[in-house]
Amino acid sequence: MSLTLFIMQCLNGLQLGVLLFLMAAGLTLVFGIMNFVNLAHGSLYMMGAFIAATVYNHTGSFALAALAIVPAMLVLGLIVEFVALKTLYDRDHLDQVLATFGLILFFNELARMIWGPSPYYMEVPEWLSGTVSLFGLDYPAYRFLIIVVGLAVALGCYLLIHRTRIGMLIRAGSTHRQMVGALGVNIVLLNSLLFGLGAILAGIAGLMAGPILSVQPGMGEPILILTMVVIVIGGIGSVRGAFLAALIVGVVDTVGRTALPTLLRSLMERSTADTAGPALASMLIYLVMAAVLAVRPQGLFPVKHG
Amino acid sequence: MKLNLRTAVPILLLVLLALVPLYATFAQQPFFLTLFGRIVVFAIAAVSLDLILGYGGMVSFGHALYLGLGAYIVGIMSFHGIDNGFVHLGATLLLCAVVGGITGLLSLRTTGIAFIMITLAFAQMFYFLAVSLKQYGGDDGLPVSAGSRFGSVTLDDPAVLYYVAFAVLCLCVWAGRRLVEARFGMVIRGSRQNDRRMRALGYPTLRYKLAAYVISAMVCGVAGMLYANLTHFVSPAYLAWTASGELIVMVVLGGLGSFFGPLLGSTAMLLIEEWLKGMTEHWMIIFGPLVVVSVLVSRRGLYGLLGDLQVRLSRRTRAVEGKA
Repeated sequence: MSLTLFIMQCLNGLQLGVLLFLMAAGLTLVFGIMNFVNLAHGSLYMMGAFIAATVYNHTGSFALAALAIVPAMLVLGLIVEFVALKTLYDRDHLDQVLATFGLILFFNELARMIWGPSPYYMEVPEWLSGTVSLFGLDYPAYRFLIIVVGLAVALGCYLLIHRTRIGMLIRAGSTHRQMVGALGVNIVLLNSLLFGLGAILAGIAGLMAGPILSVQPGMGEPILILTMVVIVIGGIGSVRGAFLAALIVGVVDTVGRTALPTLLRSLMERSTADTAGPALASMLIYLVMAAVLAVRPQGLFPVKHG
Repeated sequence: MKLNLRTAVPILLLVLLALVPLYATFAQQPFFLTLFGRIVVFAIAAVSLDLILGYGGMVSFGHALYLGLGAYIVGIMSFHGIDNGFVHLGATLLLCAVVGGITGLLSLRTTGIAFIMITLAFAQMFYFLAVSLKQYGGDDGLPVSAGSRFGSVTLDDPAVLYYVAFAVLCLCVWAGRRLVEARFGMVIRGSRQNDRRMRALGYPTLRYKLAAYVISAMVCGVAGMLYANLTHFVSPAYLAWTASGELIVMVVLGGLGSFFGPLLGSTAMLLIEEWLKGMTEHWMIIFGPLVVVSVLVSRRGLYGLLGDLQVRLSRRTRAVEGKA
């Protein structure tokens, strides 16, 4: 494999990792702070992609789609939170998993009814369809934008949680919920807003993924599972861990898919390698996860208390 | 003896299930045999899941993995012309034990939500493996040309398959009840309540939990083997994560920690599914919220509901007796 291709694949991996981080951040905020397992996070991502694609296809403006996605996802997130989840905060994880599983079935079918079962296309906006020059490489501008947006969101999350008053309350509420409530903070509202923020992050991931992946019912589940792998590897509840693990998973998955078949072909017979290569490549991140767990069950970058 | 709903209803259900082939022949509705065959097979899988979920508190979100393993063994072996049922069974039990042992050992290092996610991820790993098995159909699945043959008995015949599955189900319910009442089951249940205390008492709980996990995996593998014989088809969809989710829904809907619960749950769920499918193409739009509502409303499932009904009923009889 040439060096250029390798760097390209690393950038693609970085781009996947950033997308995964947008998902993982929302999921881990809601889980780490409210102790709520939201499997329907993938559905929010799917709805985000569909809403963005619809707005974009009707107006032809990517900026407008991006503007619309934030209030739309906030409202959707708050509705989901209000209708189904509010009563589930105090239940055990099994109930939460089940209820959100029901929501996934609902949202997939809803999307199928509104937008039809076949993929719904969203094109790369014209002004982003070119390439940018990175270290002398031509890299697609849109994919580069994904990387930039993801890193900006990561920075924003960090600043919000560690440098603002709201972030302080969020952190305090995650460990001493009742005490924060007793101090006069409306912790219920804070939790709702946090859930809304998670939904917005999922929506942004959907918006960014729209033009490069096919927008279709059920698109949320594969990325949800990848996101869970990210969270398990990174350490549950840690945003920093989610960020680093997302980058690791993104790069390992993308580079593995190109490098592994080539590597196997040089080690064994061609026909065997052609069979084993793709299979092993698609299992690679799960093998990484198993290896991480075997050594560190709490994840690579667990959240530190105290 | 007073009528006890919690025993009477499941036993009535079992009797009705036993009569299904007769009814199907009598009413000339072979479709019934397939529908209820599915119910029985999924009841076996749900019972196997309940052993670790209901009694051990281990929420495996990847149990369809073993269903898929059992099914693929039948599919792949019959693809190569091996239709010996004993070989199928042996291979299923062995493979499920090995995979269950390895993934169980890794998953059991964690608890709670991490366990849920890890079991899910392992199942997903095998899902992708199944998708990439191009010579065995890959994404499209693999038709099973010849079913498992046990000597002169072959599972190709729907009625034979149904009765075999039914017998396996009864055996599982009976053996499961024996198992959880035994010392082994006590340790599993104890460690669900307080694992640290059980360890302090000197029980190597990890070993016990792993054993329960492996047993559950093997039973679920047998269900998968029967499922492949029932549908004459295997596909990666059998080990998709939604299948694992549906298994959990069956167990919880029926009632955790009771072997009749999963039986009630799988019957109720598959019948509702069938009914909704008959009503609308978009049946999931109703089914999804139904799952949410069932979680919100009932915490102990149908089996728990029967218990509540029993209490109310006995209160009423007592009131009537008091007046008399």
